Amino acid sequence: MSGWRTDSGLVVDRSKPINFEWAGRRYQGFVGDTLASALIANGVSIIGRSFKYHRPRGLIAAGLEEPNGIVQLERGSHTLPNIKATQVELYEGLVAGPVNARPSAEFDLLAINSLFKRFIPAAFYYKTFFWPNWHAFEPSIRNAAGLGVAPAEPDPDCYEHRFAHVDVLVIGSGAAGLAAAEAAAAAPGNERVMLVEADCEFGGGLLASADELEGSAPMAWRDAALARLRALPNVELLNRTMAFGFYDHNLVALAERLSDHLPPHQRKGPRQRLWKVRAGKVILATGAFERPIPFAGNDLPGVMLASAAQVYARRYGAVPGQRIVVCTNNDSAYAAARALHAAGCASVAIVDSRVSPGAPALAAAECGIRVVQGAVPIAARGRRMVKGLDIAALDGRHRQRLSCDAILMSDGWNPAVHLHSQSGGSLDYDDALQAFLPATAVQNAVNVGAAAGIFDLTAAIAMARDVARGTAVRYPAPAPVGPTRRFADGDPKAASAWLDFQNDVTVGDVQLAARENFRSVEHLKRYTTLGMASDQGKTSNISGIQTLSALLGKAAPAIGTTRFRPPFDPVTIGAFAGRATGEDLSPLSETPSHAAQLALDAVMEPYGRWSRAAFFPRPGEDEHRAVAREVMAVRQAAGLFDASTLGKIEVKGPDAAEFLQRMYVGGIRTLKIGQCRYGLMLSEHGVVYDDGVIARIGECHYLVGTTSGHASAIAESFHEWLQCEWPHLRVAVENVTTAWAVVNIAGPRARDVLAALGSDIDLSSEAFAHMQIRVGAIGGVPARVQRVSYSGELSYEVAVPWRYGASLWEELMRAGKPHGITPFGVEAMMVMRLEKGFLHVGSDTDGTTYPQDLGFGAAIAKKPDDFVGRRSIVRPDGLRPDRRQLVGLEVIDGAGPLAVGAHVLPGEAVEARGTQGWVTSSAQSPTLGRPVALALVERGGERMGEAVRIWDLGTWRAAKIADVRFYDPSGERLHA
Amino acid sequence: MLLIDCPYCGPRSEIEFRCGGESHVQRPGPHDAASDEQWADYLFYRHNPKGEHRERWLHMAGCGQWFNVARDTVTHKITAIYRMGETIDAGAGS
Ligand SMILES: [Zn+2]
Repeated sequence: MSGWRTDSGLVVDRSKPINFEWAGRRYQGFVGDTLASALIANGVSIIGRSFKYHRPRGLIAAGLEEPNGIVQLERGSHTLPNIKATQVELYEGLVAGPVNARPSAEFDLLAINSLFKRFIPAAFYYKTFFWPNWHAFEPSIRNAAGLGVAPAEPDPDCYEHRFAHVDVLVIGSGAAGLAAAEAAAAAPGNERVMLVEADCEFGGGLLASADELEGSAPMAWRDAALARLRALPNVELLNRTMAFGFYDHNLVALAERLSDHLPPHQRKGPRQRLWKVRAGKVILATGAFERPIPFAGNDLPGVMLASAAQVYARRYGAVPGQRIVVCTNNDSAYAAARALHAAGCASVAIVDSRVSPGAPALAAAECGIRVVQGAVPIAARGRRMVKGLDIAALDGRHRQRLSCDAILMSDGWNPAVHLHSQSGGSLDYDDALQAFLPATAVQNAVNVGAAAGIFDLTAAIAMARDVARGTAVRYPAPAPVGPTRRFADGDPKAASAWLDFQNDVTVGDVQLAARENFRSVEHLKRYTTLGMASDQGKTSNISGIQTLSALLGKAAPAIGTTRFRPPFDPVTIGAFAGRATGEDLSPLSETPSHAAQLALDAVMEPYGRWSRAAFFPRPGEDEHRAVAREVMAVRQAAGLFDASTLGKIEVKGPDAAEFLQRMYVGGIRTLKIGQCRYGLMLSEHGVVYDDGVIARIGECHYLVGTTSGHASAIAESFHEWLQCEWPHLRVAVENVTTAWAVVNIAGPRARDVLAALGSDIDLSSEAFAHMQIRVGAIGGVPARVQRVSYSGELSYEVAVPWRYGASLWEELMRAGKPHGITPFGVEAMMVMRLEKGFLHVGSDTDGTTYPQDLGFGAAIAKKPDDFVGRRSIVRPDGLRPDRRQLVGLEVIDGAGPLAVGAHVLPGEAVEARGTQGWVTSSAQSPTLGRPVALALVERGGERMGEAVRIWDLGTWRAAKIADVRFYDPSGERLHA
Repeated sequence: MLLIDCPYCGPRSEIEFRCGGESHVQRPGPHDAASDEQWADYLFYRHNPKGEHRERWLHMAGCGQWFNVARDTVTHKITAIYRMGETIDAGAGS
């Protein structure tokens, strides 16, 4: 092929040249060009190499259905792999190259595959999995196959999401789409009409048409329609916007390209915008895709879809050759022939499979176009580009060779039914068009124009207007297409007649699949990979079905078509992410004293959705030393801990006690005002789900504490039980976690520090005992103070309104200074609770842990009432005597702490098999000066004092089962 | 993405909601009166029909209310929406 530029072209601006680089060479195009049109105009015929055989390939289409022109765009962080050249708008300084060619598309070392093609038939990969040895082939296959290169650097672009609700969404801006939008906008009640077009230019097929429409030239008709639409207040027009997904309840997803058409350094704001549009009615004016004709060598550079050549010639003034042969079975290709003839090609001939094409053939002949009737293409001649075409009658006789440098093909048209099919709509096979047409709709969506199989523009416009107005729709009968030549089974030429250009699937491959009994379309697709490339078979699926149909003597509808899935065309993944990337993917919450803790050199770590202080290292300290120092400070003096993240749920109402009695394992009804009680919560499956302290503030008022991670989930579960199961209970629930900041002051000096701030609450041990709550003021601020302890020391949790959280922290640090107050983090708290043997739900429990495994069996036996999960824990599995129970482990081999997750085996075990449980928490205790651990162990409760072996990734350790209360087992310090 | 007509707020997109599974599942009880079989039926066995399915939804990012939905599991068409505690006849919405 030797492409060239005419001196016309509807949309390119000759006064504005653009310099660009393709495969390392510099070229020039014009404003309005795509990369594809500019390459054709510059005579670049080989644009890539095929996926499997590395055959040289040129462009066959002008739109998004292009299977060959897959390029790598730009370099560095801006690089984009697998972009179609037909969708890239040319801009100054653009850099692009082929994706699947080493070292270049012109000269490809891997084209050797092509010589051995008979050894890489359909299903080669599957067969190689089994024989002889996939691993021997894998590296070279992976190297040879595959498309572009993903960028190695973070995406420099940003993306955004937008939502819209419209009465009517029109997809596609060809004549039918424009007419539908205008009629919809005029229809009463349509307050918002949206028209979207994937191309940068509105107009669809009008951009390449020469036929007058309602008395105007096509572009004049388009311009007038656009001007009227732009003047309407209830119409929104979006170009460069691809409708790629049709989801439930008329939700359509759009990808709008905002700045892809600009040089990277000129781009501002989001690169793309993802729209989620909920439409009352969707009008699908998505057009149709032309089918290629299967003939030998139809993948040679220079063979192209007829409609594509028409678009290149008329819209861009880019012409693929001088001596053109147009092969067709229908009338549409005559427009392409006329376009190339008008562009000034040296010769144009038409080969029509129909014996009597009628009027269009006569008109073409009058222009001086040669028309060969009743003939079909047999084989393209040439090695790297088209040199000629062998044609013959359908029965193979009257073979002759035409000399040409470009072959255009049209085997009829497939309506773009993708969105219709995605919406759940069904398809019917139309024998006249040899194509699937949209049939029944499931959602409020209607196809118009070529998408509905109506190719005549006047009829399409009338239909679009009817659909938009909601009036009865006229469906004129389509003109039937002529015959297509099919290959006899085993015809050697079938192996070089391509169906799927991108995935290198030929008629021969389909024949092979049929011989091996892969006869349903789903099997055919997976066995041959037909239609499984990034173009999703837009040019190949139907041809593949027709090939199989002819081979099996079975009607095409009986073979069926695969269901279309989103996206209609690939969408960059950044558009789906939108703003939710990096730190914004899952933003962390901060407590009020966050800054104050940072000022104390806190190391902040994410714990669930919170950023919390892990520890506060002093100069020269590592984590281990800092944590040990913090623990000893709490044990010996006083420590300050930010506990604001703990869940706080207010439960109020006359039935609040009854409700909590049903939600928690222990008894709540007997809790007196001013008292606190430990509460364990199960899922309805009996599994330990959460724990916390429940405080009774008033007659009908409880404050429920939860773990930091479960606050909102538990509040939600309270609502669900109240609304769905016990609607008669008079209870109100509110999650107040972020309404109250909480600091925990712990240690023997805690009372002194708190008292130093001044309070109307009597803090004396007699007046305010362990597990009590008081409401009053601390330092002049309203406060709820609970005397509860997770550290095992005298401890107060002081809650103040969130806005006072920072000042409370700073006041306590100041007041605590004479008492040696030390800030401590989550890690020190976890060590102290482990020394004390306090459970940490989620660490010491898993999805199989029942409350009786944690020592709550006796308490449950005493409670008469039902509670959530109660019935589940006495299913047969819950009654098994060999359940894993939570116990302590003392290290008896003199070495350091056990590893969490290490397995517990009997003391006499010699082999690491048959685990009896595992270590769930473990640390070196700074207080005790030895390692401590908790473990879930089979029958652990009855094995106190038993020596066990611990297996940890190849190492044996020795330990002894012990009480979980390593530190202060009698709890004297809590009650100080 | 479904469009769900919350009985308290009006039509909103599915992302604002959470599906709570099949509706009208009776919780047997009290705990000492339910057989293993009854309890297993309540915990694990669901109808999973092809066609109209009664399920409960929470307007989580909205009013925080639970309500019932009758949805066709093939077409996703919602045929009825009714409040907790209310009932409708089978196929009433279609
Ligand atoms: Zn609501």
